Amino acid sequence: MIGLEHYLTVAGVLFTLGILGIFLNRKNVIIILMCVELMLLAVNINLVAFSAYQGNVVGQVFAMLVLTVAAAEAAIGLAILVVYFRNRGTVEVEDINAMKG
Amino acid sequence: MNDIIGLEHWTLARPELFLAVATSLLLLYGVLRGEASTAFISIATSVALIVTAILLFAPYREGTAFASLFVTDRLTTTMKALVLISSAVALLMSRAYFERAQVWRFEYPLIVALATLGMMLMISANDLMSLYVGLELQSLALYVIAAFQRDSVRSTEAGIKYFVLGSVASGMLLFGASLIYGFCGGTAFVQISQALLAGKAAEIGTTIGLVFVVAGLAFKVAAVPFHMWTPDVYEGAPTPVTAFFAVATKIAGVSLLVSVLMGPFKPMFPQWQQIIVAAAVLSMAWGAFAALRQQNIKRLMAYSSIANVGYVLLGVASGTEKGIQSVVFYLAIYMVMNLGTFAIILLMKRRDIMVENVSDLAGLGRSHPLLALAMMVFMFSLAGIPPLAGFWGKLYVFMAAVEARLFWPAVLGVLASVVASYYYLRIVKVMYFDEGTEAIDQPVFSMNRAVAFVSAVLVALFSLLPQPLSAIAAAAAKGLFP
Repeated sequence: MIGLEHYLTVAGVLFTLGILGIFLNRKNVIIILMCVELMLLAVNINLVAFSAYQGNVVGQVFAMLVLTVAAAEAAIGLAILVVYFRNRGTVEVEDINAMKG
Repeated sequence: MNDIIGLEHWTLARPELFLAVATSLLLLYGVLRGEASTAFISIATSVALIVTAILLFAPYREGTAFASLFVTDRLTTTMKALVLISSAVALLMSRAYFERAQVWRFEYPLIVALATLGMMLMISANDLMSLYVGLELQSLALYVIAAFQRDSVRSTEAGIKYFVLGSVASGMLLFGASLIYGFCGGTAFVQISQALLAGKAAEIGTTIGLVFVVAGLAFKVAAVPFHMWTPDVYEGAPTPVTAFFAVATKIAGVSLLVSVLMGPFKPMFPQWQQIIVAAAVLSMAWGAFAALRQQNIKRLMAYSSIANVGYVLLGVASGTEKGIQSVVFYLAIYMVMNLGTFAIILLMKRRDIMVENVSDLAGLGRSHPLLALAMMVFMFSLAGIPPLAGFWGKLYVFMAAVEARLFWPAVLGVLASVVASYYYLRIVKVMYFDEGTEAIDQPVFSMNRAVAFVSAVLVALFSLLPQPLSAIAAAAAKGLFP
């Protein structure tokens, strides 16, 4: 029988992978965008699992809002990335270093 | 259903509705007319922001609306007024800068207005869902304007850095919100607070949720240890945008932190007090020490804003009515000082090129005595030298902290402000005692000059007469302690 704790474990693992991906990744900013999506999807699993477990619909409404905002966020992230690429010709994480200190 | 669509809900949210409709109409006009509409739209947006601020008070109403997703009271109204004033002023200061950079487009004022709308919604949030949507409306708009100077490597890099770290913060906040929802059985602040009082406060799930939510919000207000994006974003973003970040987003973020911690999470006060005290002390210390070796004045102001958030958080950590009063009071003074300082930074250009190093201010005391005097007032006030306004702000915060028996954090705060006064006073020394190679350009009459002088006069006024402002802050704090 798959219970609430299994869903929460999966969500926790996905969320941790997302965060680790952002902070350990040294290659490409696009991977960071994917990791952000991973974090948001982990949250959605949490919300829907809690919603089904408690039998109220609030969590599912929240999940829809998160999906909508995640789409907008991805669009803006990619737009900023394109603008940056035009200036520098690269999206390597290690090259994003014009400012330091 | 009648309860949700009743007219009284719409009247409570009238300022937000007005701003949303006005922004949409102006956007439509801008799209139809193209670049020719920029001048009109920038003025119309400033007017819309000011009208929204007037609508907050005429007539003033309080209560909850839209199935308790939305709340207005004295505190939220005061915070919204501060946010609207700082947005309108930041917008008025922008024009000259963007025209020089040849990116003065009609989208900029509209995105600022949308960010402001997001701030108003998150200040009024009374549910984790409306909190999230308001916060994201604000954040998404801010990512765009950080990268608005799209031919500049530094501006777009600031945009990327802000976007990535801001999304991580939103993700953490959201993960915490999902845990809170799961363990408390609802997202409304009232439900959460009832569930916590009924014994959920001791459960590990709610504690983890609280930690994630506080971490996400600390990111948004740039409190140590979640501050690493601040110096880069403040340095890289166009200067008027930096002014907007330093003032409006700080006020909105702190207001959200107050309404979340003092509202639904009040029953967990002992748990979050430790986190907030730690963040406050670290912010005050790091903001003071890391700024010592900065040469770029925007970067310096970034560390200064981190330190100032530390003082504000100390007021929040006391958790008393006095503490919240000190937070509102401090934020109002902080707003005036920072807007004035950034107005002067925006005037720093030599042969029509913007310069932004502290050493570029050398000789300002002789070449522009009035500007140097205004800058000196802001710097002394930020350093907290009596009897200037900044001193009263810090005094209120420390008094509230001591009354809440937070002795060590208060002592550390005083010590940190002594260290911080070194770099504020260094700017005064550079202006008056260093030989400048070449004076900065003689400013023509401009909006920035007017903002600088009005701010300086206001700081002087608050220094002599802090009572009216502190009475407003006290009335606002009453909103949380009925």
